[in-house]
Amino acid sequence: MENYINLTLKVWRQKNAREKGRFETYQVKNISTDSSFLEMLDILNEQLINEGQEPVAFDHDCREGICGMCSLYINGRPHGPDDDITTCQLHMRKFKNGETIWIEPWRSAGFPVIKDLIVNRTAFDQIIAAGGYVSVNTGGVPDANAIPIPKDDADEAMDAASCIGCGACVAACKNGSAMLFVSAKVSQLALLPQGRVEAARRAKNMVAKMDELGFGNCTNTGACEVECPKGISVANIARLNREFLKAKLQD
Amino acid sequence: MSNLLSSSIGKKLLMGLSGLFLMMFLLVHLTVNALLLVPDGGEFYNAAAHFMATNPFIKVMEPMLAIGFLVHILWGVKLTLENQKARGNSRYASGNKTTGVTWASQNMLVLGITIFAFLVLHIAQFWVKMKLVGDPRLEGIDITIGGVSTHVENAYALVNYTFSYLWVVIVYIIAGVGLALHLSHGFWSSFQTIGFSNQIWRQRLSVLGSIYAWVVGLGFALIALLQYLFYQPV
Ligand code: HEM
Ligand code: SF4
Ligand code: FES
Repeated sequence: MENYINLTLKVWRQKNAREKGRFETYQVKNISTDSSFLEMLDILNEQLINEGQEPVAFDHDCREGICGMCSLYINGRPHGPDDDITTCQLHMRKFKNGETIWIEPWRSAGFPVIKDLIVNRTAFDQIIAAGGYVSVNTGGVPDANAIPIPKDDADEAMDAASCIGCGACVAACKNGSAMLFVSAKVSQLALLPQGRVEAARRAKNMVAKMDELGFGNCTNTGACEVECPKGISVANIARLNREFLKAKLQD
Repeated sequence: MSNLLSSSIGKKLLMGLSGLFLMMFLLVHLTVNALLLVPDGGEFYNAAAHFMATNPFIKVMEPMLAIGFLVHILWGVKLTLENQKARGNSRYASGNKTTGVTWASQNMLVLGITIFAFLVLHIAQFWVKMKLVGDPRLEGIDITIGGVSTHVENAYALVNYTFSYLWVVIVYIIAGVGLALHLSHGFWSSFQTIGFSNQIWRQRLSVLGSIYAWVVGLGFALIALLQYLFYQPV
């Protein structure tokens, strides 16, 4: 049933990476419970623009939970008070009339704030560039069915491949560790024959890049797995540890 | 190798392996201590303590154990400091409402420091007296081991005397609970760290880890308590 609610928002505002930020309080009225969280922020921004104020900067793109652009730490949880969804999939029916909502950027040394609620996540791109791919040499197109892959491996690889690189795992981690993300990216390829060829080099290079960029050491608390919108399992972290240690011992 | 050990996963490997090693030691230690409860005036326990003190394998393992502790403690502190840096200084104003994360897993250093504080006391109470400065209560007695009369230290008397103080027993109970909590996360975590876990084994290791942690933690505490309650020297 559609309902309309009024809310108090505490939003992190920060001019740029260098300046200190602070929370600003805003009121929004008559928000449909059928609208999404980002639509609610759009309404806020329209309100701000009409009042001649600067709108709140936040990341978003697909708005259907597949691109990984949206972020936001909402009321104590990355992607807000719902499980296995991204912020763009969060509905306003998850909030009560009169509620105060705290909206913060991801906070981790690896993800510095650029402006308001937007953080710099290029560290993830750098980690991918360090080895999160398969090299494809030119030539004839191989037959897709030529390499048999066990169903279990294919399933696990697909599960790992569902990581959208949003960074909620880092945002939730008390150690600022990126291990869930890196383990998903290593696993999706390590499980498949096409990815095995470069598996050792990939694990070494991606972990080296992750360390270099200042992400923390995983202590297996499991907060990442709980907050991951795609349900990426920490079993992938055990696989990454295996792949990495194997690769190092082969040197 | 140095390259391996400077990586995040390599540093964690040291934590995991030293943790596994310490956990194996605890199992041996608890087994020997359980002999304190045999109601024979300490004869069995003294025989076992004599065996442990004279056995060449144990002589080799003792410095290994010291190294194991040292590596575990130094790297534990180092990792925790690095992780605080990686996390950064800004805190979430709306707190942390993530559910399903155990308290122990987030407080391993605090629990470790509790264990360390206990360890200092424990070593001063027993190891220092048995190996370095001596204690009148340790004065040798003759017991028969396998039909042969042997002169051994009366370790039982020292242990029994130490546990006649209530505050000592309370400290042991607190340390036992701290240890159990440390291992309730540490057991599973060490296997995960060395790469031995997956969706199925995670469940098994968690269950096994809880059993191990509480049997060991409460086991040591219970031995101290029972010594206090029932085995007062006359
Ligand atoms: C008999 C004593 C101890 C045992 C059996 C033990 C066992 C363990 C185990 C199995 C782990 C998990 C390792 C991993 O995740 O791979 C661990 C983690 C940890 N231990 Fe201990 N520990 C002991 C004493 C201590 C002490 C004295 C400290 C002192 C500072 C300490 C500090 C830590 C820390 C900070 C961690 C978390 C680090 C991480 O997971 O990376 N532990 N311990
Ligand atoms: S592992 Fe999950 S939380 Fe981490 S980046 Fe991927 S989708 Fe986001
Ligand atoms: S905007 Fe694409 S996942 Fe949320």
